[in-house]
Amino acid sequence: MSVKTSDGSSREDVSAAPAPPAPAHGAAAATPGGTRAHAHSVPRVVIESEETGVHLNLGDLWAYRELLYFLTWRDVKVRYKQTLMGAAWVVIQPLMLMLIVTLVFNRFARLGAGALPYPLFAYSGLLLWTFFSTAVSSSTHSLTSNSNLITKVYFPRLFVPAAAVAAGLVDLSIASVILAALMIYYGVALTISLALAPLFVALLTLFALGVGTLVSALTVKYRDLRHALPFLLQFWMFASPVIYPTTIVPGRWRWLLVVNPLTGVIEGFRASLTGEAVDRRAVAVSAITAVIVCALALYVFRRTEDTFADVI
Amino acid sequence: MKMAETVVKIEGVGKAYRIGGLHPGYATFRESLGGLIAAPFRRGKGGGRNTLWALDKVDLEIREGELLGIIGHNGAGKSTLLKILSRVTRPTRGRVEIHGRVGSLLEVGTGFHPDLTGRENVFLNGAILGMKRAEIRRKFDEIVGFAEIEKFVETPVKFYSSGMYVRLAFSVAAHLEPEILIMDEVLAVGDAAFQQKCLDKMRDIRQQGRTILFVSHNMPAVTRLCRRVVLMEAGRVVADGESQEIVNRYLSSTWKTSALREWGDGEGAPGDAVVRLRRVRVCDERGETSAAVDIRRPVRIEVTYDVLEEGHVVAPLVELHNEEGTEVFSSHDTGAEWRRRARPRGRYTSAVHVPGNFLAEGSLVAHVSIVSHFPATILRARESSALAFQVIDRQGGDSARGDYTGPMPGVVRPLLDWTTVVEHAPGAGGTTDGTRGRSADGR
Repeated sequence: MSVKTSDGSSREDVSAAPAPPAPAHGAAAATPGGTRAHAHSVPRVVIESEETGVHLNLGDLWAYRELLYFLTWRDVKVRYKQTLMGAAWVVIQPLMLMLIVTLVFNRFARLGAGALPYPLFAYSGLLLWTFFSTAVSSSTHSLTSNSNLITKVYFPRLFVPAAAVAAGLVDLSIASVILAALMIYYGVALTISLALAPLFVALLTLFALGVGTLVSALTVKYRDLRHALPFLLQFWMFASPVIYPTTIVPGRWRWLLVVNPLTGVIEGFRASLTGEAVDRRAVAVSAITAVIVCALALYVFRRTEDTFADVI
Repeated sequence: MKMAETVVKIEGVGKAYRIGGLHPGYATFRESLGGLIAAPFRRGKGGGRNTLWALDKVDLEIREGELLGIIGHNGAGKSTLLKILSRVTRPTRGRVEIHGRVGSLLEVGTGFHPDLTGRENVFLNGAILGMKRAEIRRKFDEIVGFAEIEKFVETPVKFYSSGMYVRLAFSVAAHLEPEILIMDEVLAVGDAAFQQKCLDKMRDIRQQGRTILFVSHNMPAVTRLCRRVVLMEAGRVVADGESQEIVNRYLSSTWKTSALREWGDGEGAPGDAVVRLRRVRVCDERGETSAAVDIRRPVRIEVTYDVLEEGHVVAPLVELHNEEGTEVFSSHDTGAEWRRRARPRGRYTSAVHVPGNFLAEGSLVAHVSIVSHFPATILRARESSALAFQVIDRQGGDSARGDYTGPMPGVVRPLLDWTTVVEHAPGAGGTTDGTRGRSADGR
């Protein structure tokens, strides 16, 4: 093949064209042209066969970054359109749950919660948990519910579950208003450690992104995972300190909380509200797990992504 | 302009699909739990007995500015090829190199959300197709204007008529300005006026030096628009060349029995004790059997039959119907030679000569009959839909179509003479307005 030197060639073209297939450039390695509308920066795309293996192709994510915004915006918009109370639902769900668990565990079972008043304790846990479980389950369903797109147009499919998680984040911020109101109501003193709260939310988002992406990719291939998921999530909620403090867990069950990455996030988030010391070991477990899960999810997702259109 | 560059280079591309099994396509968790642990996400390498090669060793080069037609039967691999080019799926084998952004109009409206308004969908769909927000904002008015939905931009698209929906969807995709545009049967949508707009848009896109891949079952449109056509069969490219030639080949392979029908010498042929049909065929002016004829050239329908009993006045009859089922004409042999003469026994071939520049483009079906006259008219033999062929119009400018590219109504399309005289010319030297008489504008 001759070396192309058209003015339409990109930088990458000059270096890559004379060489034999360069796996480093990845499958469908589009040059992310910011000015692609102009004829003089024509992107060069090489589509390699499945045999060439997995390419992370992160440049493509950057080139399409605006799509993530639009997909999130669509998910949010569609969710609140034509519902009678709109965004109120986001608040009602954790609020009602909080009232129920307060009644059952606090009033009936006399469960205490340490530094925080129980309703505030429960709400902060449920706020994070609702976000996490909604994010995971909606990203799991996202690929199959967007199958009309996936089988017709190319775009980084990773954005589909990612948008589902991001849309959950919007809900979370709306529901946080109630959290703030409860804190004021119970007269919780504001400390500097409150600045850590968004970091825990970010960590949780990362973790939700990892789990959601991983499960969504697996769901395309193994559909029965969809039926198992609600059950698994419910189990996970009771295995996490959402509605009870870690202190009530007897010693021989403690390990379950330690290996559960949600423990560090939820407990850390609560500690940042009260200004208590954060359990560094638990937070480290959460952070490391989140990173590992994300990396694994990215790999599995990329690995199966190219054939989504064939099996979905 | 420089020599056209290769913008799409397809090398040995193959695509295998797993077929059969209890759950084609996807496995259940239990089924592959064992395999999952042993070798995570191993995928089929193809070649097994449950593998269908939807594409097999396809090599193709497409040059800049080309308008390439891709034709073939359903299941020939056209859609799979387009899916690979638009990166919806990855090939199992081979390699594709593309210079430029690929925009596809595979199915317009993909990604529209019924609950969102027209405006919101334009942005969403634009982003899905790969446009930047700034780019969409810049072209927004143009997109909405092209789709003619200005009044409804704030209405959720679920309240749109199907025409509005399709127009908006096409409009977004058409304004993507990709270097390579893939069009799959988009011309099948919308009314005639909108189809014309689409064709004009296609021409604009081409004039900007962009490349278009046009997949269609509409042979007249393919022949008219494309210079080069690729024919696919069973996952392979079986022919690649000048459009008329390839379309002809496709049509004759499609309708093996349609441009030519033979019954042999037996009793099974349509007819009775007096006459029996033996062969009917459509041929061009050189006498070659042809399933696709040029609109400008004459076409001949030949009827070969045996007269088995002496003493009858026999006349073949040909009726031609178009795609809509409208009868274009009915004609029987009124030639002087056998007009009122009883035929001796023997084999005869009669032909009806249809002049060029007479039939409209499209598919035509011929019913062939043989009647005997005197004393009464008796239908002796009849074969409904005995023959089928296509009349193909070219964009050469010398048919009744002139320079017009859109759909033309009418059962026939005669090339008629037009005259124009200047009645009144304001200003000096004024032969401006009235002199451009185009037949297509006469409507």
